[in-house]
Amino acid sequence: MIETKPLLRRAAAMVLAGVARAITGVRPIWQGCAPSKRQRIYYANHASHGDFILLSTCLLPEERERTRAVAGADYWRKNRIRHLLARDLLNTVLVERNWVEREQDPMVIMLDALKDGHSLIIFPEGTRNMTDDPLLRFRSGLYNLAFARPDVELIPCWIENMSRVLPKGALLPVPLLCRVIFGAPVELTPAEDRHAFLDRARQALLELDPEHQRSLNHG
Amino acid sequence: MAETIWLFLGLVGILTAASAVATALSWKSTRKGDVLPSTLANLNSRIKAWWIMIATISIAFLFGKGGVILLFAFVSFAALREYVTLTHTRRGDHWILLGMFLVIIPVQYYLLWIEWYGMFSIFVPVYCFLAMPALTAISGDTERFLERVSEQQWGIMLSVYCLSHVPALLTLSIPQFEGKGLLLIAFLIATVQGSDVLQYVFGKLFGRNKVAPKISPSKTWEGLIGGVISASLLGAALYWLTPFTPPQAGLMAALACIMGFFGGLVASAIKRDRGVKDWGHMIEGHGGMLDRADSLVFAAPIFFHIVRYFWT
Repeated sequence: MIETKPLLRRAAAMVLAGVARAITGVRPIWQGCAPSKRQRIYYANHASHGDFILLSTCLLPEERERTRAVAGADYWRKNRIRHLLARDLLNTVLVERNWVEREQDPMVIMLDALKDGHSLIIFPEGTRNMTDDPLLRFRSGLYNLAFARPDVELIPCWIENMSRVLPKGALLPVPLLCRVIFGAPVELTPAEDRHAFLDRARQALLELDPEHQRSLNHG
Repeated sequence: MAETIWLFLGLVGILTAASAVATALSWKSTRKGDVLPSTLANLNSRIKAWWIMIATISIAFLFGKGGVILLFAFVSFAALREYVTLTHTRRGDHWILLGMFLVIIPVQYYLLWIEWYGMFSIFVPVYCFLAMPALTAISGDTERFLERVSEQQWGIMLSVYCLSHVPALLTLSIPQFEGKGLLLIAFLIATVQGSDVLQYVFGKLFGRNKVAPKISPSKTWEGLIGGVISASLLGAALYWLTPFTPPQAGLMAALACIMGFFGGLVASAIKRDRGVKDWGHMIEGHGGMLDRADSLVFAAPIFFHIVRYFWT
């Protein structure tokens, strides 16, 4: 029997990338690194469901195909439609965020995906940011991944405007121009502890935000 | 429709000449292994984009009224998207913003399709003008209220209302000129865009004294005067597309070009205020849709109303 799921996924990815381009005219800005076929972990700010679609639209087609987004299982397994979308169409890596009730260790699941050769998109804030702050505090998953897989490049990616295009709770997107700004890889240094690393990674992402740059220049 | 064919052949001829000159210049400057200067690289991509724009407009013209209305609805969409991206919006504006794209643009262009002139001319400045702040107020978010509401109004006026006056030329019934509205649109676009190109050329060749140094370093008196005079002559030479006599055509072209200049100036002021160089990146070498359409935004409504007053 021919496997239909990969085909279905590829078609879904193409359609989504087309829609994302038509609505947001999304452009990648390779500011700190170049597009590459190297295995990578892309970490980004998160305010909208469109975030990971926008990010993967900006990747090279081959890279897009093997890049999977890490998403909250509690949200995406809530009903069957969501689960079907996340598992079969979007090919997401589902991890349980609630550490009291969870049965599987998210680290194991993410490391397995890396072992299978996938690149990952992760949102280290852990949830969609609804505050006026540009970026929430980072969860430690990013540190654990950097510690376990120093060979995989960690790329900060600032997603611009998506929170305005499709804010939490909105059904239809407002067409606004978006950009994804890719920064220089962040590496864990040998002596660095969890907090210092997470702060530095967060700062590296924040510095890609043009708004943040502007406020620094004016303030 | 012999006029259309002549116009089309003329444009293809001009573009071919421009491409030939640009290719020769590029070849000359890179012959010794030098890097292509950025001005020339930009000129090349500008000319390439012109080929695509002329092709798109020609295809729209082939489909007549419907094609032109759809084309300008799309131009409005792209222009409004670039504009709103640069404005301050808040979460509470989501429905208003959606309405601007999904209701106001389609309705404004539908009114043109059914040729309901009365409603076409007041839908935005009366109904939307009042409905938009009312809906924003209902959403309850008063933070920077005046700024948000004004920016929305401006965006709709510039990108939708003003631009829709280009295809609106089709709805005018001018005695002895029935069914030739497309040619009048071609005349307006050719002179206004021609003036942009000629101002650029004159500015690059002779530009010394800046018109508004604080707003735009590339707009010079030499470019402006040379561009407007030559574009007016171009307009006079294109009188056969219009119901005008040659002197009238020259005057109408001059008026459209001067309005176009102000459009570019205002667009530059907005961009400077927002700290960006271009509106977007849709048209290679030119920037965004609004970078190309800003002159048309200011020229179209005035051109439309003068034709409507004196010729119908």
